[in-house]
Amino acid sequence: MSNLSKYRFLLLRRIVQVTILVLFWGANRYGWKVLAGNLSTAKVLDSFYLADPLAVLQILATGTIITLDILIGVLIIVFFYGLITGRIFCSWVCPVNIVTDSAAWLRKKGYREKGNKYLKLSRSTRYYVLVLALILSLILGVAAYEVINPIGITVRGIVFGFGVSATVLLLIFLFDLLVLKNGFCGHICPVGGFYSLISKFRLLKVHLENDKCTSCMDCKTVCPEVQVLGIVGKKSGDISQGACTNCGRCIEVCEDDALRFKFF
Amino acid sequence: MENKDSSKISRGDLLKGLVKKGGLMMLGGLPWAAYVEENKEEEFVLRPPGAVDEKKFVESCIKCGICVEECPYDTLKLAKPGDDALTGTPFFTPRDIPCYMCTDIPCVEACPTDSLLKDLVSDDNDKYNIEKAEMGVAVIDRKNCLAYWGIRCDACYRACPLLDEAIVLNFERNKRTGKHAMMKPEVNADICTGCGMCEHACITEKASIFVLPREKALGKVNDDYIKGWDKEDESRLDSTNIYIDKNQVEKSTLDYLNDTGSLLNDE
Ligand code: SF4
Ligand code: SF4
Ligand code: SF4
Repeated sequence: MSNLSKYRFLLLRRIVQVTILVLFWGANRYGWKVLAGNLSTAKVLDSFYLADPLAVLQILATGTIITLDILIGVLIIVFFYGLITGRIFCSWVCPVNIVTDSAAWLRKKGYREKGNKYLKLSRSTRYYVLVLALILSLILGVAAYEVINPIGITVRGIVFGFGVSATVLLLIFLFDLLVLKNGFCGHICPVGGFYSLISKFRLLKVHLENDKCTSCMDCKTVCPEVQVLGIVGKKSGDISQGACTNCGRCIEVCEDDALRFKFF
Repeated sequence: MENKDSSKISRGDLLKGLVKKGGLMMLGGLPWAAYVEENKEEEFVLRPPGAVDEKKFVESCIKCGICVEECPYDTLKLAKPGDDALTGTPFFTPRDIPCYMCTDIPCVEACPTDSLLKDLVSDDNDKYNIEKAEMGVAVIDRKNCLAYWGIRCDACYRACPLLDEAIVLNFERNKRTGKHAMMKPEVNADICTGCGMCEHACITEKASIFVLPREKALGKVNDDYIKGWDKEDESRLDSTNIYIDKNQVEKSTLDYLNDTGSLLNDE
């Protein structure tokens, strides 16, 4: 297997992530009409909107009624991620993923691969953060997670040209590198949490053919949500948990072609 | 923390787990809440035209920034952490770039969440009328306004898009020199939109005319004061149902004036 094909999805993901940011940036800078706004709400081709369901849930929690445009935008997103592609927002869209992936990669390069000495945190922490976000929005009368959401802060910084908040991204990077493996995206981020919750019944899944698997566990060293790869080396089947981001890393690193994307 | 064998958790463990999780959520929630609370309490922020009132605005704005993109003058900015507005929401700083009061109000037109509400800047016939905007109100610092010193300056007056309406010049004799006129600007809060062209134009090092949110700059009179000389205001009386029959009042005015006892006892 050639070296490049070991990174085929990774490269594609980076291209998609960067393209989306460039389109947003161009909309602000030059008035392009493909994707205006940012990841919380975007206007597509000057005709319809896409909206972040978690941001909208928080707005609803403050007791505000949303407009039809936004409602449709949320439904499109929920339908697309939830029923078709799964949690690909995290691996193919979100720019914070680039930061946390690099931290994970550095860890793998021998830097602190061994365990999480400092902090043990359940992967379901993100669901508690999600619930907390809604409760706080209700109490405080403002979408509480959106105030601290590093995705929003980062994307706005890039798109509206006031610069990326290095502090926020550095904190996440160091947290993932030094404290907890896949700490932010895999444990804390309620946006990822939300998409995990709705992605159980998606069409696009990673499929394992266990006969080909040699149990080398290469896939598990790259997967940001290792718990979803429970069936590897045991039995053939789909990786069905919602937490799988369909990033395709496991597929591209598998030397034995035991994994592939499966639609339907 | 993952319980592999969840069937064996006793009720006590479950309760303990719940208490622990609740406690942790409180622990995380408190500083988070404190930060959000402090972040949203920016009281001197100026919003785009047509913005619903601040409390509703921070609830409903989804922070998409489409208004910012539509503004042809780069007036609007999205707040980053540390700015004087709820993170991610649009605001403007007139001393840097004021609102140029576009007649087609593209920022309002673009807002997908009705946080910028067309009705607030439209006439009854649904046509945009930017002059109805209430972004804030200009306030003059008479101590530092050069015109109040007697030096001739009408920079704000000339810059105002509602020329001679939102700012008027009051002519007064300059008592110091005895032979000059002072031309003192005065803002009419009923007309001023808060666009900030005046603040932008003010020639003093730090602007001596500046825009504040209306609720910060303006007082409020209780309902029982009525402008008797103003027909419209006077008509408010018609809707009251309190009627005082002067013959029914027991004490006369003189009794009140002579009643020194209650004054003295009022220790
Ligand atoms: S009215 Fe025009 S100048 Fe003023 S904020 Fe809106 S788009 Fe910008
Ligand atoms: S367009 Fe509306 S929802 Fe979007 S940032 Fe501006 S005010 Fe907020
Ligand atoms: S803010 Fe200043 S320039 Fe704008 S309408 Fe008011 S007085 Fe005129």
